[in-house]
Amino acid sequence: MHTLADVNSVQGEAGDFQVTLNKRPRYVDPDKCIACGTCAEKCPAKMVDEFNEGLSKRKAIYVPYAQAVPLKYAIDADHCIYFKKGKCRACEKYCPTEAIDFGDTEREVTLNAGAVILAAGFQTFDPSSLDLYQYDQSPNVVTGMEFERLLSANGPYQGHLIRPSDHEEPKKIAWLQCVGSRDINRCQRPYCSAVCCMYAVKEAVVAKEHTPGLDTAIFYMDIRTYGKDFEKYYDRAREEEGVRFVRSRIHSVLEDPETRNLHLSYFTENGELQTEEFDMVVLSVGMETTPEFQRLSQDLGVELDTEQLVSTRDFTPVQTSRPGVFVCGALQEPKDIPTSVMEASAAACGAEVELSRARGTQAQSKVFPQERDVSSEPPRIGVFVCNCGVNIGGIVDVPQVAEYVRNLPHVAYVQENLFSCSQDTQDQMKQIIMEKGLNRVVVAACTPRTHEALFQETLLDAGLNKYLFEMANIRNQCSWVHSKEKDRATDKAKDLVQMAVTRARNLQPLPQPTVPVDNRALVIGGGAAGMTAALGLAEQGFYTYLLEKQDRLGGNAGFLTSTRQGEAIPQRVEAMSQQVQSHGMIEVLTQAEISEASGFVGNFQTRVSHGGQERDLEHGVIIISVGASEHTPQEYEYGQSDRVLTHLELDRAFAESDTRVTQARSVTFVQCVGSREPDRPYCSKVCCTHSIKAALRFKEMNPETQVYVLYRDIRTYGQREDLYHEARRKGVVFIRFDLENKPTVEQSEGKLDVRVRDHILQRELILESDLVVLASAIARPSEEPLAQMYKLPVNEDNFFMEAHAKLRPVEFATDGIFLAGLAHYPKPIEESIAQAQAAASRAATVLCREQYTVEGLVSRVDEALCRGCGECEQACPYNAIAVEEVEPGQYRARVRAAMCKGCGACAVACPTGAASVYNFEEQTILNMMQAALN
Amino acid sequence: MSEEFSPNIIAFACNWCAYAAADLAGVSRFQYPPNLRIIRVMCSGQVNPNFILKSLEEGADGVLVAG
Repeated sequence: MHTLADVNSVQGEAGDFQVTLNKRPRYVDPDKCIACGTCAEKCPAKMVDEFNEGLSKRKAIYVPYAQAVPLKYAIDADHCIYFKKGKCRACEKYCPTEAIDFGDTEREVTLNAGAVILAAGFQTFDPSSLDLYQYDQSPNVVTGMEFERLLSANGPYQGHLIRPSDHEEPKKIAWLQCVGSRDINRCQRPYCSAVCCMYAVKEAVVAKEHTPGLDTAIFYMDIRTYGKDFEKYYDRAREEEGVRFVRSRIHSVLEDPETRNLHLSYFTENGELQTEEFDMVVLSVGMETTPEFQRLSQDLGVELDTEQLVSTRDFTPVQTSRPGVFVCGALQEPKDIPTSVMEASAAACGAEVELSRARGTQAQSKVFPQERDVSSEPPRIGVFVCNCGVNIGGIVDVPQVAEYVRNLPHVAYVQENLFSCSQDTQDQMKQIIMEKGLNRVVVAACTPRTHEALFQETLLDAGLNKYLFEMANIRNQCSWVHSKEKDRATDKAKDLVQMAVTRARNLQPLPQPTVPVDNRALVIGGGAAGMTAALGLAEQGFYTYLLEKQDRLGGNAGFLTSTRQGEAIPQRVEAMSQQVQSHGMIEVLTQAEISEASGFVGNFQTRVSHGGQERDLEHGVIIISVGASEHTPQEYEYGQSDRVLTHLELDRAFAESDTRVTQARSVTFVQCVGSREPDRPYCSKVCCTHSIKAALRFKEMNPETQVYVLYRDIRTYGQREDLYHEARRKGVVFIRFDLENKPTVEQSEGKLDVRVRDHILQRELILESDLVVLASAIARPSEEPLAQMYKLPVNEDNFFMEAHAKLRPVEFATDGIFLAGLAHYPKPIEESIAQAQAAASRAATVLCREQYTVEGLVSRVDEALCRGCGECEQACPYNAIAVEEVEPGQYRARVRAAMCKGCGACAVACPTGAASVYNFEEQTILNMMQAALN
Repeated sequence: MSEEFSPNIIAFACNWCAYAAADLAGVSRFQYPPNLRIIRVMCSGQVNPNFILKSLEEGADGVLVAG
């Protein structure tokens, strides 16, 4: 990892790049810095804290924020008193580890790389230039990002929601949407920033949680909650939390000079000017690429579009204009975290394909000595109590703690360390473990979350099983949080160490068996996503079975005409299908049905019926890309008139130059057919863009054609907004309707009369139409045998549920099974392709291993106590425990250790106490609790 | 001066979230009373109702399950 680094140049070509970096000096040796914070405490130089958006101060020696990686301090030379005036060096004087290095200098580093991924992120739009918002004049007008900091527990007011001018709790807050987005009049930002609607709704809901009774209002043009489960959140905010939503255009914000409250003037939908007073105004600012990146892109030879975002094509959504250079995140287009994370894996897939021949060539592995068998020895516990410089020792009386521990049963050795994590202490600990014959080790120091692995390696070096280790967290959870109560902190530290010693006494050495990995893949579903995933794996050298239920590949993509950028879908899908079928590493099985499935990560078995035969496939991973289908409308004369079409039918009619389409002189699109309704509350995401693309196509065929789009909110998110803008410019008429007042369609003399109430004109319109196009929902069947077979969760709307919406968007909680395409949620083809590449990339992390190491902290079942009731199987979220027939009529639960995460849900569900987690047995935890309360 | 009542609180904290949050409180130097004892579990789903009852029986004044 290279921090404080600027890219100078990227020379060479795909497969062989030379990347030159300028590494700015940190002035702190990261190997020595323990992030104790003493330097920042002593540093006299205060300056604006950028992380808190300038709302608070930081020191000249600092970490940007508490979770920063690496958690190492750095000196900001522009504000350091020593660098400015030649004296001070307080940090150097007080640093307990001598980590400060004022002699540090800028260095140039050259790296060799086969592929490059651009992930330079975004900055928020600066609203200072738009004087109607008074952002520069009033402290109570803040950006969405500043409001995030105000809400944050580590923000300027510790999460207490107060307004900047007088530190009073606000009673009324307004959010103004689309500041620096969807605006070509006041600033050149035509695109929609894609995330602001959701963040404003979230901020309003969270603000109401902070301050009960708070009045919140969101002023908007269209609410764009198009992502998975977003609409549900919007509905909840509006209906249950009482967030007000005001469809409007902002006229001005004026500050009252006395109260510093804000008078917000706005035009309602029917053109009336209204004014309302608020205590605070939050500007939902948009996203943009930084000027630094815009300059760098020129040096890199990576093309940007007119909106200064990295150009990509819909069928290669993470590939830049320069081969071997990939892009992900908001650099390419404004987008949210789930999509950014998904794209990051997709970009990794691109790089993996590029580098597949070099895979593993630079890997090194460490060899540890033979493990000592301690099973017959009574516990001999060694306890190392860390001072962490003054971080622990300055508050907790470490000698007193050490003395206390010395008298606990089974404690054979106690030592105080200045810094337990330093290399020399590690070496010394290893020696002591061997010399003293210790067989359990407790380190009382910081947190196991950052340091457990380090100390476990010391145990391995000393020939001990790594599970014979326990930590007592006497820094993060003691000295740092009780710094003003030294005696009570010392008492607590004693308890914490005693609890750790208690657990250590019960610790057992655990095996970490390995299971071989079958490096073939199974992709289920041969649409655009499935084919992309199969190619992504095959191109990396992994043999892939691609199953398709139908007799041809292509799925829904086969029925579409063009992408939002205008790429012809049928030709591209046909080419992809040819490439898949002729690929030596892909075996396509069409008309295939899965009848049986078993196994676990690295070792799945699937029985497939295909062409009248049964086949058993063995494979290491599964990618689910079974798609979704267009909902069949039950309204608007669908099925009654052949001039009422769905989107897929319209695209087919275009492809066949159907006269219903070519001769239509008036076309009406109706949005949200079957979406955002009580029965199907989610937004189908693709329909607004699809309708507008089709509307433009009618206008291109004949500019005189009357085209109407009846909508509830136009959701052309990101750069799709350009299409919306173009459609309005070309005369497509947009008319909004409410769910309570839906349009109606009637047949009359060969035409279709569409009636809709126009909000602006305040009257009913009758649109005489040759053709009515219904933006029908994308839906999943309520029954899904695959979900049953692989025990995969689906949400209320029948879409498969990923392990974590943001952090693991293409994985299931069950190891080795991945997800892509419409089966996850409705999405346009470019996102399906990116998601499929991401799934292939994540799957490759399993397939590239020869064997899979199973963690030791897993569940176990005491067969003598198990009665095979299956409660554990029901409770397990990972499909890792199942009841098996061990002999005729005899059932027992068996743990599939390779899939177990050690969560212990089975142990709680088990009525007989047969199931437990190694080293977290019920008795172990109860003993710790007793030690805590002694 | 009579000593103020200070309840003994046992917390069962999930390794992946609540325990991490307690660490972050430390990094951020948030101060709170030292009468809380945190027991790290690998998931709050591992907390058997029995743990809570036994804690109260053993003298805990409050039990926090965080995950």
